[in-house]
Amino acid sequence: MSIKFLSTTAAAALIASTLPALAQDVSCPIKVGVLHSLSGTMAISETTLKDTMEMLVDIQNDKGGLLGCELEAVVVDPASDWPLFAEKARELLTVQNVDVIFGSWTSVSRKSALPVLEELNGLMFYPVQYEGEESSKNVFYTGAAPNQQAIPATDYFLEELGVEKFALLGTDYVYPRTTNNILEAYLKDKGIAEEDIFVNYTPFGHSDWSKIVADVVALGADGKKVGVISTINGDANIGFYKELAAAGISADDIPVVAFSVGEEELSGLDTTNLVGHLAAWNYFQSADTPANEEWVAAWKERMGDDRVTNDPMEAHYIGFNMWVNAVTDAGTTDVDAVRTAMYGQEFPNLTGGTAVMLPNHHLAKPVLIGEITEDGQFDIISQTEEVPGDAWTDFLPESAVLTSDWAELGCGMYNTQTETCVQIKSNY
Amino acid sequence: MSDVALGSRRQPFALRFPSVMVFLAILALFTLGVTILSEGFGIGVISTSFVKTLGKTLCLCLVALAMDLVWGYCGILSLGHMAFFGLGGYAIGMWLMYARTEIIVLESLAAAPLPPTPQEVSDGIASQIFGVVGASEFPPIWVFAHSLPLQLAAVVIVPGLLALVFGWLAFRSRVTGVYLSILTQAMTLALSLHLFQNDSGLRGNNGLSGLQNLPGLSDVPQSIVSMWFFWASALALGLGYLLCAWVVSGKFGSVIRAIRDDEARVRFLGYPVEAFKLVIFTLTAVIAGIAGALYYPQAGIINPAEIAPIASIYLAVWVAIGGRGRLYGAVIGAAFVSLVSTWFTGGQAPDINLGFYTISWVDWWTVLLGLSFVCVTLYAPKGIGGLVDLIVDRRSPNRHGADLGPDQGALREQEAEK
Amino acid sequence: MLRFVASLFVCLTLALPAFAQQADAPIQQLLQSQSDLILESSRRTIAPAIDALANSGLPEAQVVMDKWQAREMWVNEETGLFVYAEEVDRDTLRIFDFADGSEIGTVPDDGFDQLKPNSGIRGMIGTALVQFQLSDPNRATRQRALDAIERGAEESHLAALRASIPTEEDATILARKQRLERLLTIAYGETDAERIAAIESFAGDLSVDVRAALNPLVATRVEAAETLPDADDIGRVLKPGSEALTRDDAYALLVRADLAKPRISREDQRNALIANIDNGSVAGIQVATLDSQAARDMAYAALADQGTVSAVATEAEVDDRLANHVFYERYIGAPPEVVAAAQLALRAIENKVALNQAFDLGLDALSLASIYFLAAIGLAITFGVMGVINMAHGEFIMMGAYTGYVVQLFIPDYTLSILVAIPLAFAVTFGAGVAMERLVIRWLYHRPLETLLATFGISIALQQIAKNIFGTQARPLTAPGWLDGSLVINDIVSISFIRIAIFVLALLFLALFLFVMNRTRLGLEVRAVTQNPRMAASMGINPDKINMLTFGFGSGIAGIAGVAIGLYAKVTSEMGSDYIVQSFMTVVVGGVGNIWGTLLGATMVGSLQKGIEFLNPSNTLAAQTYMILFIILFIQFRPKGIIALKGRAAEA
Repeated sequence: MSIKFLSTTAAAALIASTLPALAQDVSCPIKVGVLHSLSGTMAISETTLKDTMEMLVDIQNDKGGLLGCELEAVVVDPASDWPLFAEKARELLTVQNVDVIFGSWTSVSRKSALPVLEELNGLMFYPVQYEGEESSKNVFYTGAAPNQQAIPATDYFLEELGVEKFALLGTDYVYPRTTNNILEAYLKDKGIAEEDIFVNYTPFGHSDWSKIVADVVALGADGKKVGVISTINGDANIGFYKELAAAGISADDIPVVAFSVGEEELSGLDTTNLVGHLAAWNYFQSADTPANEEWVAAWKERMGDDRVTNDPMEAHYIGFNMWVNAVTDAGTTDVDAVRTAMYGQEFPNLTGGTAVMLPNHHLAKPVLIGEITEDGQFDIISQTEEVPGDAWTDFLPESAVLTSDWAELGCGMYNTQTETCVQIKSNY
Repeated sequence: MSDVALGSRRQPFALRFPSVMVFLAILALFTLGVTILSEGFGIGVISTSFVKTLGKTLCLCLVALAMDLVWGYCGILSLGHMAFFGLGGYAIGMWLMYARTEIIVLESLAAAPLPPTPQEVSDGIASQIFGVVGASEFPPIWVFAHSLPLQLAAVVIVPGLLALVFGWLAFRSRVTGVYLSILTQAMTLALSLHLFQNDSGLRGNNGLSGLQNLPGLSDVPQSIVSMWFFWASALALGLGYLLCAWVVSGKFGSVIRAIRDDEARVRFLGYPVEAFKLVIFTLTAVIAGIAGALYYPQAGIINPAEIAPIASIYLAVWVAIGGRGRLYGAVIGAAFVSLVSTWFTGGQAPDINLGFYTISWVDWWTVLLGLSFVCVTLYAPKGIGGLVDLIVDRRSPNRHGADLGPDQGALREQEAEK
Repeated sequence: MLRFVASLFVCLTLALPAFAQQADAPIQQLLQSQSDLILESSRRTIAPAIDALANSGLPEAQVVMDKWQAREMWVNEETGLFVYAEEVDRDTLRIFDFADGSEIGTVPDDGFDQLKPNSGIRGMIGTALVQFQLSDPNRATRQRALDAIERGAEESHLAALRASIPTEEDATILARKQRLERLLTIAYGETDAERIAAIESFAGDLSVDVRAALNPLVATRVEAAETLPDADDIGRVLKPGSEALTRDDAYALLVRADLAKPRISREDQRNALIANIDNGSVAGIQVATLDSQAARDMAYAALADQGTVSAVATEAEVDDRLANHVFYERYIGAPPEVVAAAQLALRAIENKVALNQAFDLGLDALSLASIYFLAAIGLAITFGVMGVINMAHGEFIMMGAYTGYVVQLFIPDYTLSILVAIPLAFAVTFGAGVAMERLVIRWLYHRPLETLLATFGISIALQQIAKNIFGTQARPLTAPGWLDGSLVINDIVSISFIRIAIFVLALLFLALFLFVMNRTRLGLEVRAVTQNPRMAASMGINPDKINMLTFGFGSGIAGIAGVAIGLYAKVTSEMGSDYIVQSFMTVVVGGVGNIWGTLLGATMVGSLQKGIEFLNPSNTLAAQTYMILFIILFIQFRPKGIIALKGRAAEA
């Protein structure tokens, strides 16, 4: 039984691998790999991005494709299983021969796929805000680096809200850990004493928030204004905000700014008691521009009226369009040519202004801060100029000396002190 | 068991257990076939990613073998064996990460104007490995990570020791049946929660990654490396199979099967039941650890989600679908379910259009798996392996339902039916 | 396009009245003079603009600040004039003139920008408005003023507050004003005696704002000197190397105060060495030999001897300096007498705070225990009474929660929908439970391990089906308004109503369970069937039917639990798996087959988890890990749980 099955799969593999060997120049159709979990815990966020990619591909095909070729989205399901990201990335690159991959949400899934991408010289666009401290030759980071989300939001807390005491609440994984480390260093830099920074980590999907909320309230006992910086991920937010609302904490008393709560997450909540709490992103659905109106309308038409748009979707929107333009400029889908053509690519943001791809593979994007409104949207109260994404934060001593420049230096981890490239591959 | 015929004690091992020889032959043929078809050493029909999948499947077969030994033969439904599997992976992963990073750090420091001090080297490695999780010091748990032999020893010792301690505690207080299952599940949950914390010193949720890159062998293409691991996995599976077959043969095997069927009676007969169970539990944990150590360098990353309770339940599912209480059943189950899973979740399976609704297998595969599992439990308790009996057992006598003895609890009827 | 044409049309018809505005009114001129700051809208720079408005003496200033705070102030993009406006619909505004409050007209919002002061600025406006609002005839306005004082008190508020107290008629507001007056006196009182009296009046008050007023008074600064100065504002004496003052911090303090030579970091040392590499050697030492810390120290010392780099402190010198200095705290918040009074008051408060915190923790633990109990009670029936391992129990919880969600889709009234959802959830999961028992479980009664596996198969199938139907997003299940908020006993002890409701529900279930099991025929038959099915059958009880009903009953209760859990946390397809292991452990720890055991088990698991969280507040994950470890150990020593059944029932 099993032998028979194995031989059929082997035969399937045989057929697959005898198809066009390697994508040189242009072989139609141009294949766009979509590496987002459609099942498991992360499906909650990533399915939306898969739909976004399919929509973008369809839109591009309606415009007449790319280099005279039809685009084809190749969707695989890594099932929120991190090792599967490596396996599926390899499959996409070697068996399906895709020209580019759009995918991943969690940092660990990206780090799982990284070695494969670097080994096979693939190209991936990563659309989610992340903790930085990485710059791979084969990945373009279209989400926010810490200096494009966390630092401006903290500045906002310090300067605009006058917060003197910080509660850094996060889910226990790498993004909150690193972001909070950066923020701690940053806050100390700004003269906030160590005892005025309260840090707490909770597991994924945590639901019992009463004690933590009580702890945060108790922080106000020394007469300083308390603010919460939340890197709580996914559906744990629902319990957190419910408890916050139940405790009657208004945004005027203890403001909460979240880095992982967008329109999608709020759709699972009644936001009447959360009005005024904040989120920092590079995009909000409420952005008042014609491009965004068109985008939201197209999305709702395709997916239904109750669906919302969010920041990682915009990241894919920018990333995909930049890639399309870079391929057009390069006249080929060859990874190295496209990569070179990517540097300096400009594309208008949905929120106004123009995103620019920097040689460190990050975008320059504006930072927006929004207040939660009663209808589950965000009221944009602050929008900065474009902030260039910084792969290596300036606020941790080990990474302050590092820089990334793939165009000039050809290195993603360049030590400016010793003037050497620490490593060409990224650290995973 | 048909292949444990009494009275054939004098015959050579191979003749007494034809299934072992058949299995080893098939495994050898399979290995040879994959080698010939591979990209690294053959004509390149099988892609490297599929070779990795096959290699990983072999490791899963090995851990399923261990599961079968502990559950199918000894009756202990452990829902924690993937914890041992994961620990083995972590043990080897620590060395792989350390050694690979050490090379990078030494190279980068060699360019510095001053020769590096040992402290600088160690700091450099630590900040490379732990920078990701916001730390820059080595946790004490990494003290042996620089040494391959010590970490290899840890592959065996850590899961073995954990199983020994846990088993000793559990068996000593006579925790049995479903209680033991829940307890082992709690163990693997506790372990995965512990590893999820950054403070565990094993990079929390990120786990250890980049394990497919062997230190110092960065020039060797993955197509070759994947074959090395494939061979190693096949070898380990073959040896594991032999070991398990040997364990369940002789008197020892009879005792553990007796424990499965009626623990109290074995105890009254004077056998130290707890010791037997402990030996099996620990032995299978060690096998699982070795399987894990071979699996994760092929998977490339290990993290706590790998040892979440669900993984161990899937392990039991494989064994049950394959047919427990027979070694080849476990292997068939693990190979079948994990490969079919790969196929369905890969999106290659064609969608079925019902007109009003399109069944997309990516969405419905898990439902199918769950329901097929219920069906196997209800209608085919012998699993896929039971199909073999249809051929082999034609010869067995038909008792026309005649009673085998006075006592229903003897379970001899069921044994005779097998 | 259509929208553009429409708005153009509106623009044309309505553009004229937009300019009929008094541009030279004093208030508008004042606003224009501060226009840049107002438009910049940053808390850092806004203060002069707010001050100018507040001190202008113009009667309209208050309206301006009110409207500005409420985000109703708009600015005409073209003329730069400020107006306030109501939004008629998404694209149209009805605008008003600040000068006389007259309506200017209805215009499209394209030419106007809304000013969106952030909450920092809104707070400042509120603070500035206090002086106008404290004696406002409107009760709500006065309360807003008091809110503003609570959020950001200023010295000027004290006088205004005192002035407003004699005329205050509303008793509750008066009490609040008096309390605030005393609080402000602590911070800004003129004489020490006045402040001390105010401090003493708060003896034993648990409110956060009292502690917030007292704590700054006892603030300290760490200082160092050769001998302890003889002054009355000296607090504790600190020992370097203690928890309050690490050795490194102490030495850094000395260096800052120029009382000691600086130390050098390894990094700086390395850089200094590199800077002095001369022809392959540093101070005559070959570079290649500098591969240990000792060698580098030596090289650096050699450089220092040559005078190329400044000398740094050696470890011995550091020890010596630290030994020769005393470190102490100096009070910087208030005069010594006030500090003493504040310390006394704080000490008394702290003891009470600790007590109340323990009580609050107890409430939290109780609440968590009731949630675990609720999640586990269905299992206590199916597993505890019938001995069926139902891994799909969590999915029954999920089914109940989704039932609640679906009901809310059809019945928008939250109270009514919950009332409908609870029986419906019971019905749905009862049905599912009966179906599962009939189709699967009854074939496996004698093979418990296989029940476990089969129900696990059902569990993953149900989870995926839920995902396919409802999607992967979390779905809202909103509690009715009367369950919002929390029961506040004081600033430390509070518990949300929804948790109280869950607690009550858990008690109800306990009572229901006891009633059904001990007082009804069904309960009698259930007990008979579980103890000895054959004997029961020969007594005329149909064991098949009883098993079916019992299983359905247990599943139904899980469904109701699902509604409750969904109300307090979230509704996702994976919510069941969050509770399944905990539920099993609750039942096993408590002792199988006894509802009191389950209750005790839930209490133990809940309070244990809260207790560990309290000891290790920054890491909830660790708390869960330790709790499970504890349970594993506990089961080793009491394998039958807290309440172990004895005799024949134990063997059944």
